[in-house]
Amino acid sequence: MKPAPFVYVRAASVEHALEVLAEHGDDALVLAGGQSLVPMLNLRLVQPAVVLDINALHGLATIESHTAGGLRLGALVRHREIAVDPLVAACAPLLRAAAPWIAHPAVRHRGTLGGSLALGDPAAEWPACAVALDATIRLASRTGGERCVAAESFFHGLYRSDRRGDELLVGCDLAQASHDSVFSFRELARRHGDYAAVGLAVSACGRPGAWRTLRLVFFGIGDTPIRATACGEALAAGAGLAEARAQLEAELEPRADLWFSAQAKRHLAVHLLREAWRDLGHPDTGE
Amino acid sequence: MESTTDIEFEVNGKRVRLAVSPREHLADVLRQRCGLTGTHLGCEHGVCGACTVRVDGAAIRGCLILAVQADGAQVRTIEGEGNDPVMQALQQAFIERNALQCGYCTPGFLLTAAELLELDPDPSRESIREYLSGNICRCTGYQAIVDAVELAARRLRGEAGTDASVP
Ligand SMILES: Cc1cc2nc3c(=O)[nH]c(=O)nc-3n(C[C@H](O)[C@H](O)[C@H](O)COP(=O)(O)OP(=O)(O)OC[C@H]3O[C@@H](n4cnc5c(N)ncnc54)[C@H](O)[C@@H]3O)c2cc1C
Ligand code: FES
Ligand code: FES
Repeated sequence: MKPAPFVYVRAASVEHALEVLAEHGDDALVLAGGQSLVPMLNLRLVQPAVVLDINALHGLATIESHTAGGLRLGALVRHREIAVDPLVAACAPLLRAAAPWIAHPAVRHRGTLGGSLALGDPAAEWPACAVALDATIRLASRTGGERCVAAESFFHGLYRSDRRGDELLVGCDLAQASHDSVFSFRELARRHGDYAAVGLAVSACGRPGAWRTLRLVFFGIGDTPIRATACGEALAAGAGLAEARAQLEAELEPRADLWFSAQAKRHLAVHLLREAWRDLGHPDTGE
Repeated sequence: MESTTDIEFEVNGKRVRLAVSPREHLADVLRQRCGLTGTHLGCEHGVCGACTVRVDGAAIRGCLILAVQADGAQVRTIEGEGNDPVMQALQQAFIERNALQCGYCTPGFLLTAAELLELDPDPSRESIREYLSGNICRCTGYQAIVDAVELAARRLRGEAGTDASVP
């Protein structure tokens, strides 16, 4: 089980990377952490002509506050750094809470934020967190310069995104959290470190019964992260758990996977809603 | 003829220069070109952890990093850890607790456990399980492995003797 031959190019600069992508488009695949790409190469699920290694682009490996007060994360930031970085813990506690759920330590040492977003696995943590936090994904190309896409419109379908073949995902920006921001991260997996059976990332501003914004995003149930809009609106308008649950059951259409039926996923999603309800500080209704 | 790339890296403290094909992963190069067969290959797609090696200190999957990516890096395999006190304590505890049967998974478990004990000298059983969650063992049922890591940690903290009868 070995990859088919390819040409290996180590990008020396972002410009160089964009040059290679402009020339080869979909025939070139970016190598970031390699924790999804190398298995795909080994299994020959992909056979790119060119593998473009971006690991030397240290400028993409930084976590910093950006001018508008939020957080700017480079595409090459590793899962492990997100788990331990004090700035992330302070400004984006949702990411801090989600990081330990991604795979195992050895995979977290190498896997990157940008790789996870670019791949867009429907059961992955970062895409759901990005949508919950209303993150902005930054893409660059030689012809188009840099453009920004809201995470919510970035994921188009199963492993399909807004990224064009000639674009490099360069990072992800988060807006500054407000004084009354709260979050919840919940996940159910068969075994620690496995992809989620069902997961839920929630980010909200306000207080129970009076949320100004509330974004509930499920993962592991559809082709992309799934925002439970009706359920979120009900909660923001002060609905109780029973009503929120009814809204959720009406709007979710989970897709079965190898282990869980659609019905089981629906059941687990409701369970996670109940946990998130408590995490957000709603009274425990004993329901 | 497939093209090759020259790389130079350090393996267990020795400088190594090789011409590798870009599609060769590091674990294959260590096994086939450096003769270091202690790095095992179970699945070659990241799920079993048998191929664990340390690259610039971090325990990672040897099957998920291309050898060309290790250019300039410091690589350590199980063969290079024999004099490390943490590794010695782990090896001794693995023997005493029967934490290996066929031994196929053992190098990966040892290298991962050593990293854990360097980061946290006093891990709970739960955190040992969690840290080792990416390593699969088809023989032992894990209980004995967790016991062994716990014992090694206690000894390294000076809280348990080296007598095998000490709990
Ligand atoms: C055993 C195991 C368990 C795992 N469990 C989980 C899990 O529970 N949750 C989870 O989320 N993930 C899991 N993963 C996947 C892991 O998180 C990967 O790190 C992640 O999916 C991809 O990130 P990467 O940096 O490794 O990307 P790579 O593998 O390098 O690339 C992935 C894809 O994205 C493209 N790409 C990468 N970076 C860019 C970029 N900057 N611009 C454009 N395209 C880019 C690549 O061309 C490729 O198509 C697991 C992996 C393994 C091996
Ligand atoms: S051989 Fe590398 S993880 Fe199984
Ligand atoms: S001892 Fe045989 S696989 Fe672990």
